[in-house]
Amino acid sequence: MSAAQLGLAAETGWFLEHAYLIPIVPAVAFALIIFFGKRLPMKGSEIGLASMAASLVLAAGTAYQWIDRVDSFAGEGDHEGALGGFARAFRFAEEGHANYVEPVIRKVVWWQSGGVEIGLGQHIDGLAVMLLVLVTFISLLVQIFSLEYLRGDRRYTHFFAALTLFSAGMLAMVLAENMVQLILGWEIMGLCSFMLIGHWWEEEANSRAALKAFFTVRVGDIGLLVGTGVIFFGASAYATKLGNGSSGFSIDTINQWALSGTGSRSVLLWGSVALFIACIGKSGQFPLHTWLPDAMAGPTPVSSLLHSSTMVVAGVFLVARLYPLFHTGLEINVAGQHFNLIAVIGGITILIAAALAFVQNDIKKVLAYSTVSQLGYMMMGLGVGAWTPAVFHIFTHAFFKCCLFLCAGSVSHSGSHHSFDMKKDMGGLLRKMPITAACWIISTFALCGVPFFSGFFSKDEIIDNAHHNGYNVFFIIGLVGAFMTTAYMTRATYLTFFGKARGAAAGEHHDEITVVHADPHGAAAPVLAMASHGNVVVADASHGGSEAPDEAAAYTPDDAHGHDPHGHDAHDAHGHDAHDAHAGPHESPALITVPLVILAFLAIVSGYLNAAFLHIEKFTEWVAAAGDGIHFPELDHAPFKWANTIPSILLVLAGFLVSLALCKAVFGERKNPLQGLTQRVAPLRWGHTFLVNKYYLDVLYEKVIVHGVAYPISKGIYWINQNVIDRAVNETGIETRRLGGWIYRNIDQRVVDGAVNASGAAARGSGGALQGTQSGKVNQYGALLFGAAAIGALVLVIVNF
Amino acid sequence: MDVLRNNNWLLTVGTFLPVLGVIVMVFIPKGKELLIKQVALLTATATLVIGAVTLALFKYGSAGKLQFVVDTSWIPVIHSNYTIGLDGVSLPLYILSMVVTVLVMIYSWDHIPAPGNPKAFLSLMLILQVGMAGTFIAQDLILFFVFFELVLLPMYFMIGVWGGEQRQYASLKFFLYTMFGSALMLVAFLALFWQVQKTNPDASFSIPYLIDHAGDLSRSTQIWIFAGMFIGFAVKVPMFPFHTWLPDAHTQAPTQGSVILAAILLKLGTYGFIRIAIPILPKAAVAWAPYIGALAVIGIIYGALGCLAQTDMKRLIAFSSVAHMGFVMLGIATLTPLGVNAAVFGMVAHGLITGMLFFVAGSVKDRYHTLEIKRLGGMLKQMPKLGWILGFCAMASLGLPGLAGFWGEFPAIVSAYSPFGGNSGLPGVSKEVFRVFMVIAAVGTVLAAGYLLWLFQRVAFGEPKDEFADHASDGHGAVHAVGAAVNETEIHGAGHGDIHDVKLTEWIAWSPFLIAIVVLGVYPNLLFKVIDPASQTILKAFGKG
Repeated sequence: MSAAQLGLAAETGWFLEHAYLIPIVPAVAFALIIFFGKRLPMKGSEIGLASMAASLVLAAGTAYQWIDRVDSFAGEGDHEGALGGFARAFRFAEEGHANYVEPVIRKVVWWQSGGVEIGLGQHIDGLAVMLLVLVTFISLLVQIFSLEYLRGDRRYTHFFAALTLFSAGMLAMVLAENMVQLILGWEIMGLCSFMLIGHWWEEEANSRAALKAFFTVRVGDIGLLVGTGVIFFGASAYATKLGNGSSGFSIDTINQWALSGTGSRSVLLWGSVALFIACIGKSGQFPLHTWLPDAMAGPTPVSSLLHSSTMVVAGVFLVARLYPLFHTGLEINVAGQHFNLIAVIGGITILIAAALAFVQNDIKKVLAYSTVSQLGYMMMGLGVGAWTPAVFHIFTHAFFKCCLFLCAGSVSHSGSHHSFDMKKDMGGLLRKMPITAACWIISTFALCGVPFFSGFFSKDEIIDNAHHNGYNVFFIIGLVGAFMTTAYMTRATYLTFFGKARGAAAGEHHDEITVVHADPHGAAAPVLAMASHGNVVVADASHGGSEAPDEAAAYTPDDAHGHDPHGHDAHDAHGHDAHDAHAGPHESPALITVPLVILAFLAIVSGYLNAAFLHIEKFTEWVAAAGDGIHFPELDHAPFKWANTIPSILLVLAGFLVSLALCKAVFGERKNPLQGLTQRVAPLRWGHTFLVNKYYLDVLYEKVIVHGVAYPISKGIYWINQNVIDRAVNETGIETRRLGGWIYRNIDQRVVDGAVNASGAAARGSGGALQGTQSGKVNQYGALLFGAAAIGALVLVIVNF
Repeated sequence: MDVLRNNNWLLTVGTFLPVLGVIVMVFIPKGKELLIKQVALLTATATLVIGAVTLALFKYGSAGKLQFVVDTSWIPVIHSNYTIGLDGVSLPLYILSMVVTVLVMIYSWDHIPAPGNPKAFLSLMLILQVGMAGTFIAQDLILFFVFFELVLLPMYFMIGVWGGEQRQYASLKFFLYTMFGSALMLVAFLALFWQVQKTNPDASFSIPYLIDHAGDLSRSTQIWIFAGMFIGFAVKVPMFPFHTWLPDAHTQAPTQGSVILAAILLKLGTYGFIRIAIPILPKAAVAWAPYIGALAVIGIIYGALGCLAQTDMKRLIAFSSVAHMGFVMLGIATLTPLGVNAAVFGMVAHGLITGMLFFVAGSVKDRYHTLEIKRLGGMLKQMPKLGWILGFCAMASLGLPGLAGFWGEFPAIVSAYSPFGGNSGLPGVSKEVFRVFMVIAAVGTVLAAGYLLWLFQRVAFGEPKDEFADHASDGHGAVHAVGAAVNETEIHGAGHGDIHDVKLTEWIAWSPFLIAIVVLGVYPNLLFKVIDPASQTILKAFGKG
């Protein structure tokens, strides 16, 4: 059913028609940074920032025109522009029905093979528009943050290049017209993830984490390749039927095919299962979640952008994008269904990741597990048929999680002296870093789902819908998850900002004597600093050497040193006393706090796009596709009732109180029987050890599976290769030579007469001439082989005649 | 035979022009190395110019037809003619062989391997070029066989004279193994001819003729003849379990030899399947398809595991060829245009990527005098550019979309879901079996990521090992301080220390490879557009209806 058939005027515009430019801009910027970045005054970061800003403008334009388009559909033809649509939105929401808004699909032929034309283009609908805006916006903020955070880093230009390429990949995936383009963006993100996690590759731990991330996601990608192949042929047949020039890779066609009922059940099932495996890998779902916490080895902006707010939602996005396929394939919302693959995996992920967040000392790891857990919520939401809340959670989560990570970065940058260890180097930072602390706390409220903060509007809806759609187990899991989320976040907040200052947060430095300046590797950046800030040199020198041994995993000495002086330089520029600047924790400079404040603000207000209690359902209207049963399944979303939110609000409150009490007891200053409880009581100790070891999944994967394949299995195969297959070849050669010798001695010499002997001598003569290369033998063998072949030919011919 | 005969001098000139260069070089004294190099490079470049003209005059609208066809009497007594022609499948490989030869010549400018003697080395390379180009234009089985064999000898000497420590063993093995295969292939050709001749007295060895007339042979006859061809081509590919000559030959060959071996020579086998075995013997192809597919996916996994076990960088890259050619063979075994297109694309992509990896390996060997992975490390620190090129090639090789390698792998995997399903003339291939292959092949992509990134991690990341830490050139302090790729100044020659970043000749030789990997990755239709019509024609017997 197209717009034309309905008699509707499809509102479109330049930005909608040219949305494909949004990823192209950063892609071009990437090339420019790589080739010219180093020669520019800001080492290429200006290109990255400019491209992200340009993309953001384009995305905003696209969003504006998309909203116009939605309104023109909703208004049954009498489109009055955006303002008119704004007023209508209420009426529209109340009426409770909607027309399916045609996505803006444009494409050019990318390749053709076997009579199929595969395009490269754009599929712009509400989901794509939402993510385009989100990704460009967050990327821009993170790049601004990185200007300061990575200043002086030895691979500054590379960093910005990779960050920009990442955005290009994500944007290309978000607006992908077909599965192949989606895979393209998906894998480019994987590549950037590898480059950025391993940004400080001098340390083996970092390069291992990079490898692990890429490799684990790649394991999931088996499903992506297979799943795409599985659905391709079924959808191809349907594409022919549609006759709109699309292929079986086209997302629109796949969705319509899945809902058409013409696809075979098993193809739909296996296709969606395979694709979901890819989502498990990319979105850090159980059991492939193990790479995500390790990925924190990358610089904090990377953790913030890639490993919390954008890239890792790619798996969730894929499910949301092909929702008709998953909905049909896994029979989501079919009467009487209580479990399905997506919900189960999502549910397990919520709980196991939240449990792990309790035993982390590294603030970034807490956030990493929190991310895993929240991704679980999104998946579970999709699994129980709560499409809109799940997608809304992508949206709100991006802001507050990005903010939390950047807060962690800010703390480490200016508060804990590049340490991320909450127990060793943090505590009591509330007064020292008030802006960071405020932003952190706001975002934490949002994450926990405290009412009137954004997370409440999305996460609670997921939980509520699980109940509404009859998935009671997942309703309970959601509630338990909310409790745990609040509890671990309270713990992290307490350890970081409250209580007694410890380690670096208390101004302690682990060792004051430096040798780092003598290291030629790190020399250049400090030399630059000296040139402009001669008075700080001494301070820098003593400061630079105070590398905590426990930070070694995240920074090599010269790396940390490379950007170490600059935070203080910035302070100097702001008029602070140099000694104050490094004497202890302090608030971060504006380049860091401004993004924090913006994000914290959004962590509150982004939820009000879909605040049902105020009868605002803008997000649903703009982003969610109307379920017409042809392009998108008809979904039944729970109406908002305050009564339904009571259980989760109570649990959040309980989580907060319980955790606060425990924190005060365990980490407080007074002696308390609870301290060291996990050491004394055996079952608790076992549980603790089990959690600290991450359920031994890493051991299973790394020590058993990967190690097994990389060493015994591959060595075994190689042994077979050398000692069986290759040996057979060598033996054949040796035996043939022996046979040749025997024939020569016993037949040739005895039977054949002197004429042949003469030619043999000639052959030996020529062989001698080429002795260095053993050509004589080649001739001999060649002759033998040809002889054998001739006999074979004879046999073959005789048999056939 | 529906062919185009315009400008048909092109292919003959393009193929045999290097012979002229060799003749000239024969009269140049051995000592005049510069002149020898100049003549060789000039010849190769002139050949490439002819190739470019071919590219320009090729009618892309009829890429499915043979073009520039010459068909004259050659050896009438055995009914063999000088039949040559080019279509969309052979064109990319024909041009690739010319490009690779020129680039390898450039690389050889200051990289003549021990024991020297550029005169012989470059002459052999030119002769090799004749054989490679000839194989791709031959449309007559005997002619094909002659070119196919012509390739062997120069490569044998290249490995045997300019190779590594075990060059004699490796070269002999290479020669004998492929010879063994081609002997059986020749037998199959002869048997095919005689069988066709029984019903067609005017039979010839012409491939188009045989495609039209051999299809009627009984299924069992076809299967036997196919067996002979299979051995011949499978050894060359190489397919598991006929692959053991490859790691030895690659490891021992000089860099130039490895590059040509990977880029072109391996493709002769897969090309043979597409050009000869499958279109001429469709019934046998259907019967053999599951076995070829099985060996292909075994090769994918086996090759990857073999890679993981390697301790030598070059041998690892060599083993990876077994895995990559597995994808190509899987595509071919589906007997569908989608699969065969993927296979041809995969051949070109593998040629570029693995060729490039061998170049890098050669340069690493030049600098460190070892390829033992354990002893290497921190390459990004000492030679950032070379390190990033290695990373780039590793990514391309593991099939990252947006780079050429992906377009060989992904469509091959997809095509395996739905192999040839049968038509009125032929039964189909078992879908279930191929779906299993599909999943196994997809697992292979993970292993590929494993061995390549592991290699990259061990060789490029981290700190340089102590034994090489002090060998760096003068500029390295600055490199370390400011940024990995800041080393903008080229360091010419080896005078500044053993370990120096990419040199000028290397840049010239490599850039076309690197650019092509990106260009084909970003816009694969450049190649698919040309291949697609030709593979449709080749698979005529497997078409609908």
